[in-house]
Amino acid sequence: MNSRIGILALQGAFASHANCVTELGHSAREVRTPADLSGLDGLIMPGGESSTMSQLLESSGLFEPIREAIVDGLATFGTCAGMILLAHEIVDGRSDQCCFDAIEITVRRNAFGRQIDSFEADIDTVIGDFHGVFIRAPRIESVSEKVEVLGTYGGEPVLVRQANVLASSFHPELTGDARLHEYFINSVVTTKET
Amino acid sequence: MSQKDEKSQPEQGTMRVKRGFAEMMKGGVIMDVVTDVQARIAEDAGAVAVMALERVPADIRRDGGVARMSDPEMIESIKAAVRIPVMAKARIGHFVEAQILEALGVDFVDESEVLTPADEAHHIDKFAFTVPFVCGATNLGEALRRISEGACMIRSKGEAGTGNIVEAVRHLRSILGDIRRLSQADSAEQFDWAKKLQAPLPLVQEVARTGRLQVPLFCAGGIATPADAALAMQLGAEAVFVGSGIFKSDNPASRAKAIVEATTHFRDAHILAKVSRGLGAPMTGIGMDEINESQRYASRGW
Repeated sequence: MNSRIGILALQGAFASHANCVTELGHSAREVRTPADLSGLDGLIMPGGESSTMSQLLESSGLFEPIREAIVDGLATFGTCAGMILLAHEIVDGRSDQCCFDAIEITVRRNAFGRQIDSFEADIDTVIGDFHGVFIRAPRIESVSEKVEVLGTYGGEPVLVRQANVLASSFHPELTGDARLHEYFINSVVTTKET
Repeated sequence: MSQKDEKSQPEQGTMRVKRGFAEMMKGGVIMDVVTDVQARIAEDAGAVAVMALERVPADIRRDGGVARMSDPEMIESIKAAVRIPVMAKARIGHFVEAQILEALGVDFVDESEVLTPADEAHHIDKFAFTVPFVCGATNLGEALRRISEGACMIRSKGEAGTGNIVEAVRHLRSILGDIRRLSQADSAEQFDWAKKLQAPLPLVQEVARTGRLQVPLFCAGGIATPADAALAMQLGAEAVFVGSGIFKSDNPASRAKAIVEATTHFRDAHILAKVSRGLGAPMTGIGMDEINESQRYASRGW
């Protein structure tokens, strides 16, 4: 079945996510205004700068409609900055930075250091070994009992899920391996009430 | 060591990590700042990164003399002021300035024609660094030569410090127009393209096959208004650098925010009209006929 996946396109690596989605035979729509949200089966929030996206979410009027859609069960996948936006609490962010409080995790922005500390590494996930690219990546500092840990690196959670919300601290869109997007569409999007 | 342990060794500074970071800046605005106060204004406005430098290009142009890498102390103070990435400029070919910037933990190095070139024949070997590099280009051949040296992001050179978008438009049209033409070339014609572009054949063949550059293409040089930023984006740039255009204008904070909005909503003329209102005067700007050839930064590098 063809799913319509929105890609939050305010800023960041939205084009790479759209490629992953279309390669899997689904349709991708860039989301920049509230009108772009209608009729979506799922939403991906890409990596980029979380403080920039936070401001643009407010100024574009997208914050509240997206928050409500997630509460209503919209399947949502956030990677890196996208994960920060979905978190319950942000450490080391800007004080005015907003987040959707859609998954009960606490994340630390840029916890692994500056760009020279960015790295790629193999990680263990629910869908098997996966190659993770971590770019000025956030760290998941704590998870509540409602959160399933679906992937770890060095014993720490890097891929987590709570009901309709999936989040990763790494970039699955940069490796040409669309298995995680496939998991999102097949296992998270389709469990949504229709 | 078991194979599992070997496999889990993290790798830093790979092309995927470096080019991937450039991907993260797409759709964003990178702003030139000369103080920590300006850096905070840029971050408040929604910049995806700041470029820390001692003088904006308009002032370098006015002052003349040799323009060099910024004082590490100034770069440190900007790093301390913001949470977004910090870029800094090294002179063309000055690999020691680049080594110092990497040691300072700068997130991206711009090997920039805005500074006075240090080497008349060689650009920096950018593969030798963990930190990623952005380089300017005026045409496709130049872009591919920089990529062959390890650049992870290409930006148009434009004509920095003029507030005049005409040169950036020329460079974007040249790069993107040649990509479109090259993607129509047959295999025999691609050899001729490589010769004409003076660029490595494998890179030329890859562009012909994919119809795009290997790395993100951003616009720099002369952006002064939200409309300029949206023009660059509609022409095919994937993000924009704004140098003198913000802090040489009447109201930097609101202009910076408006350019951020315009870069995101670059196809929506109603939003562009809304954000362009009431920004005060942009930087004055310079016509190209007012600058003689020797004062053109775009002709630096090759």
